[in-house]
Amino acid sequence: MNQPLKPNSFRAGPDEDGRFGIYGGRFVAETLMPLILDLEAEWNKAKTDPAFQAELAHLGTHYIGRPSPLYFAERLTAELGGAKIYFKRDELNHTGSHKINNCIGQILLAKRMGKKRIIAETGAGQHGVASATVAARFGFPCVVYMGATDVERQAPNVFRMKLLGAEVIPVTSGHGTLKDAMNEALRDWVTNVEDTYYIIGTAAGPHPYPEMVREFQSVIGKEAREQMIAAEGRLPDMVVAAVGGGSNAIGLFHPFLDDESVRIVGVEAGGKGLDGEEHCASLTAGRPGVLHGNRTYLLQDSDGQIKEGHSISAGLDYPGIGPEHSWLKDTGRAEYVPIMDDEALEAFQMLTRTEGIIPALEPSHALAEVIKRAPKMGKDEIILMNLCGRGDKDIFTVGKILGMGL
Amino acid sequence: MTARMDKRFADLKAEGRPALITYFMGGDPDYETSLGIMKALPEAGADVIELGMPFSDPMADGPAIQLAGQRALKAGQTLARTLDLAREFRKQDQDTPIVLMGYYNPIYSMGVETFLDAALEAGIDGLIVVDLPPEMDDELCIPAVAKGINFIRLTTPTTDNNRLPRVLQNSSGFVYYVSMNGITGSALPDLSAIASSVNRIKAHTPLPVCVGFGVKTADHARAIGAAADGVVVGSAIVAQIAGSLTKDGKASPDTISAVSTLVRGLATGVRSARLVVAE
Repeated sequence: MNQPLKPNSFRAGPDEDGRFGIYGGRFVAETLMPLILDLEAEWNKAKTDPAFQAELAHLGTHYIGRPSPLYFAERLTAELGGAKIYFKRDELNHTGSHKINNCIGQILLAKRMGKKRIIAETGAGQHGVASATVAARFGFPCVVYMGATDVERQAPNVFRMKLLGAEVIPVTSGHGTLKDAMNEALRDWVTNVEDTYYIIGTAAGPHPYPEMVREFQSVIGKEAREQMIAAEGRLPDMVVAAVGGGSNAIGLFHPFLDDESVRIVGVEAGGKGLDGEEHCASLTAGRPGVLHGNRTYLLQDSDGQIKEGHSISAGLDYPGIGPEHSWLKDTGRAEYVPIMDDEALEAFQMLTRTEGIIPALEPSHALAEVIKRAPKMGKDEIILMNLCGRGDKDIFTVGKILGMGL
Repeated sequence: MTARMDKRFADLKAEGRPALITYFMGGDPDYETSLGIMKALPEAGADVIELGMPFSDPMADGPAIQLAGQRALKAGQTLARTLDLAREFRKQDQDTPIVLMGYYNPIYSMGVETFLDAALEAGIDGLIVVDLPPEMDDELCIPAVAKGINFIRLTTPTTDNNRLPRVLQNSSGFVYYVSMNGITGSALPDLSAIASSVNRIKAHTPLPVCVGFGVKTADHARAIGAAADGVVVGSAIVAQIAGSLTKDGKASPDTISAVSTLVRGLATGVRSARLVVAE
C-alpha cells in the first residue's frame, strides 16, 4: 500500500492492523497474541462506552486533579525576550507527572478484563510510581521491573513504589535501564499471561498500546487547546514536548496535528552528543527496526542489534520511540531535535530560578529547546510546552552533578 | 529446500520414532567452537538442528539463552556469521535440516530478500521467528515460503481452537508446540496435558508436531517423544555449554564433548519413546 505523502488527516491512525504508515504493528510472541487481541477488543468497547469514559473523567477530576493549569511563564518570557511561553502543568498531577493519565485508564481496562495482577516497567520511576499508585487505589498486587542502574539513580521513586505496596524487581540484564526492564516485563507477561495485565508506560509496544496510551494522554492536548483559546483567543504557534518513548509528547501533539498553523517539535535526549554512543536520539540518529512489539526508529548497529541509550534523564533513556512519532517524522508533520545533557541541566536551573518551578529532567530537555527558539520568535508568537513532570525525584542526580552534597 | 525437512520427518515416521531437535546459539561461546558443536550434533543423535541467531533483546528467552546470546555477540557473532556456520556445516552434511531461530530485527536490518537468498544459499531449511505472529505474515513468512524455506510456527497453550487454523495457515515443516506459557528454560509441564494438546493440534494439521520448553533429560525426551513427532531441547544444551566454559567464559577443551554427551543421552530417550507406548 502506498502511503500518501500528505494524508487528509494526521489524526486518523492507526489502521486496523495497528499501523501508522509502515510503523507500529504487532510483533509479539504467539503466547501473547490472543491476549493482545482480547485487549484490543476490550479497548474498542471501552472507548465508546459512556460509563467507562465517565469513570475515567471522574477519576481525572477527583483523583489526578485535572484539568492541569495552563500557565503563562511571564518571567521566563521576559528573560528570553521573544515568544510568549506557556506551560501545560502536568507536573502538578497526582504522583507528579503525566504518567498517571495513562495508568488510570489502563487499570480501569484491567478491571473490566477481570485481571488479577499488574505489572509495569519503569525508567525514571514515574510510570512505576503511577502504576503502583493505581494498583493500590484499585486493590491489585503490582510488580514493577526497573533497570538496576535506574534503581540506583532514582532511589526516591523506588521508595515510593515500595510504600505503595509494589514489588520492585531490579533488572540486571543488558545495561540495567528501561529497555531491559521492558524485556523483563514482557518475559513476566509471557509467563503469567492468563491473570496479568501489563501497563505499558509509553505510547509504544504492540497494537493497541500506542493508540490506547495516546488516547489516555491526549487529555493533555485537548485541555491545553481549549485553555489556550480561552487565554489568548487563538492556537499556539508551536507546541514542544520531550520524547523518550513519547507518551507525553503524543498526548500534547495529537489534538493539534490537523492545525496546520501549529508547528510541532519533539525533543530527544542528545545525551553527551550524537557523535558518540551516549545518547537516546532514536529519531535523529536511528533507523527503522522492530523491537518490543512495534516497528519504529531504533538505535541499532549494522547487524540490527539494539544499542543502549544514555541520558542524564532516566525517563528518556530508551533506544526506541513510539511508532506514531516515527510516522510524524517521516511525513514531516513534526520535527524532532536533540538536546544535550548539559543544555537540559542549564534549563532545569533556569526554570527553577525564574519561575520557582523545579522541573523533571525530562521536560528540562523540552525547555532547553524552548530557550533556544523563543528569542528568535516574535513577541506576538506563542510557544506551548508540556511540563510533564516535576523535578523532586531528580534533585539528587542534579545535586551530584553540580557538586552539592545532599 | 523444504524437501530435506519433509524427507527427514518421513524417514523418522518409517523408523517409528520421534525426532530429536537440538537448539544451540550460533557463535556461543565463539564461532569456531559453535561450528564444532554443530558438526558434532548429527553424530550424537540430533535429527534436526535449530541454529539460534543471537539478538540483543531476546524477549521470550530465559536467562540461559539470554546469556548465550550475550556471549555470542561479545565474541563478534552477527547474522551473516550465523549463516556462515550453516554454510560450513553443509559442506559435510547435506541431510540434516537446519532451522534458524531468533528474532526479526537482525533479519529486517539485513533486508528480507537479501536474507532469504543468503539463507537458501547457506542451506537453511526453515525459520522460526519468535516475534512474527501470523498477523505479520506479509513481513517474512510469505516471502520465505515463496522461496521454498519453511516457516515454522510456535503454538502455545494460549492458542485456542479458534486461533489454531490462523496460526497453521502458512506454516510448514513442522509445528513447534511450546508446552507452557513462559520463557525458554522454565520447568517441565504436565505430560498428560502435553499429549492432549498435541492431539488437539494434530486434529488441525497433517504437519509433524514437535514439543519443546522444559526438556532437560533423556527421561523427559522419552516421555514427550511418546506423545509427539519430535522433541525440542534448547536451554539444557545451552546450559551444558555454559557449564563447560572456563571462568572467563571461554570455550574449554571439553565444551564440544559435553554437548555431544548430553545429546547422546537425549537421543537414547527419543529412540526408546515409542517402546514405552508399546509397553
